[in-house]
Amino acid sequence: MTPDLMKAGAQTRIARESKATAVRSGGGEAAFMRRHEPGSLDLTHGQILYLEDITVSFDGFKALNALNLTISVGELRCIIGPNGAGKTTMMDVITGKTRPDLGRASFGATIDLLGLRENEIASIGIGRKFQKPTVFEQLSVFENLELALKANRGVRSSMFFRLNGEQLDRIGSMLTLIHLKDSAQRNAGLLSHGQKQWLEIGMLLMQDPKLLLLDEPVAGMTDEETERTAELFLSLEGNHSLVVVEHDMKFVGELMQNGRNGKKVTVLHEGSVLAEGLLSDVQANDKVVEVYLGR
Amino acid sequence: MSAVMPGTSSTSPLSAPAGGLLTGRMWSLLLAFVLIVSVAVPVMNLLIPADSVFHLSDYAVSLIGKIMCYAICALAMDLIWGYTGILSLGHGMFFALGGYGMGMYLMRQIGRDGNYQSDLPDFMVFLDWKELPWHWALSDSFVGQLLLVVLVPGLLAFVFGYFAFRSRIKGVYFSIITQAVTFAAMLLFFRNETGFGGNNGFTDFKRILGMPIATPSMRMTLFVLTGLTLIGFFLFARWLVTSKFGRVLQAIRDAETRVMFTGYDPLKYKLTIWVISAVMCGIAGALYVPQVGIINPSEMSPAAGIEIAIWAAVGGRGTLIGPIIGAFFVNGAKSWFTQAFPEFWLYFLGMLFIAVTLFLPHGIVGLLRRRKEEH
Repeated sequence: MTPDLMKAGAQTRIARESKATAVRSGGGEAAFMRRHEPGSLDLTHGQILYLEDITVSFDGFKALNALNLTISVGELRCIIGPNGAGKTTMMDVITGKTRPDLGRASFGATIDLLGLRENEIASIGIGRKFQKPTVFEQLSVFENLELALKANRGVRSSMFFRLNGEQLDRIGSMLTLIHLKDSAQRNAGLLSHGQKQWLEIGMLLMQDPKLLLLDEPVAGMTDEETERTAELFLSLEGNHSLVVVEHDMKFVGELMQNGRNGKKVTVLHEGSVLAEGLLSDVQANDKVVEVYLGR
Repeated sequence: MSAVMPGTSSTSPLSAPAGGLLTGRMWSLLLAFVLIVSVAVPVMNLLIPADSVFHLSDYAVSLIGKIMCYAICALAMDLIWGYTGILSLGHGMFFALGGYGMGMYLMRQIGRDGNYQSDLPDFMVFLDWKELPWHWALSDSFVGQLLLVVLVPGLLAFVFGYFAFRSRIKGVYFSIITQAVTFAAMLLFFRNETGFGGNNGFTDFKRILGMPIATPSMRMTLFVLTGLTLIGFFLFARWLVTSKFGRVLQAIRDAETRVMFTGYDPLKYKLTIWVISAVMCGIAGALYVPQVGIINPSEMSPAAGIEIAIWAAVGGRGTLIGPIIGAFFVNGAKSWFTQAFPEFWLYFLGMLFIAVTLFLPHGIVGLLRRRKEEH
């Protein structure tokens, strides 16, 4: 080894280490000097979802009217509001199904949601449950979960895909979690309405999303199933961010746990936020009582 | 398959769905078919004397050979319609394109043995053309034309499919557009100027690879080749639908939005299976033409495309084996009917389709399965 080479090697090493220390001295997670990889989720500001001035109109009718909403990392947020308030349209905008006329939507601080297609939005970590349970009816419960399992979504890798032991275990524990272990080989189309809801929630969780959007998740469930669903969502809180749209006030009440940790409810009305705050405060709000709860 | 398994309510330990391509019994059946196609039929046709009861007539061989080509189309239709839920009425076009690809080569193989003793195919002499048009450039090369048999339907399907699926054209609208494209292609091929022999198409073939085409041994070679291609495609299709890819296709059929919100791009999946299906039809067409000795634009008629769908529906969609059975059943019935009651065939076909739609949503295979469950 020549002295030249040794010198060059030493310089490379110094350069590499100094870069590393530069990042560290920048303060770990703080934004200063932090290198941001394009396309990766930036949660340093504590918010996972930003909606700014979102406006959507259908033939002149404003389904969303300058809607502003932010969701924090790990938050469980309930969204309520009368029919036609724009709750489902809001989910459509976040998941790429509807393009707003105006406004900005971003996932974390940097990922612009409005430039992505539905499947891309799903891949970066936003999962959605529809109002009407939507599962693959001709496939077995097991296969439904297998398709949702986080894995390469490309055509070729699907052709040569094989479940490994770890993935099998994940599906197994999900089947236990959603109480469908005994129905694993049944066609999903044969499940009861409530079971389909659970399966769809299970499919969402298999994708391991950062943010879950749940549109009326307990519709058609028995009281017991509703209670179990509330428990499930509360167990997800913290590791995942959840946005729950629901009419069932009892369920909302269970999720809010009397406003522990300052949990907030958002009331939508005519496409914008009417009120936001603790459930008890919102319920006492005169405007809210007038448009929604007082009826 | 994804059939409901009774008795799984007992807490069986969780296991992955059966990973094998076929069950042991199905493998032996498949092997039996390989032997029938490649040994039994040649022996019965070529070696056993004509007065024996075990002799298989030339007519039967050419009929079965033809139907096996149709069966490949029905199989291709099952992949796109039965499994992915996209009804194509344009598969007749892909079939004919493959057929024309092979036909061009066979026309050039006639050499100077045509009516006009010219280097050019007869219809070109008749039109007073002096040289081959540009799209006949590869027609002297067998391999070149085989490439076109695959590439032309594949490329056309890719371009058409890309724009149709990207625009999210679905259901009956997609079917109508495929039908319209096929009809337009038929009109184009009817014209003499396009250089495909107009309404007469191509016929009077003499040779293939320098060997005479109308000999018993060549007929048998083509028959065996077709049979093995059908079996090969069946295995390939079976591999596709038992993979996760196949389950995504079925998921697209059942709930496409859910597939999208699960992170899959349905465009890529639909396009892949659409192109595979079109290429299978093209290859079927290429095997068909040397066996029947003619290709003309009527193969692209709307009725031809609809018939392929009927074979699949009669046999049983989403089962792979069903459409093959359907192709044999409907075409077998057709060849008998058109001899016995020629004028009633279309009525019978219409009634068959209605009856299957109303009473046998899962076709012949569904009927057989139901029988089996009852016993």
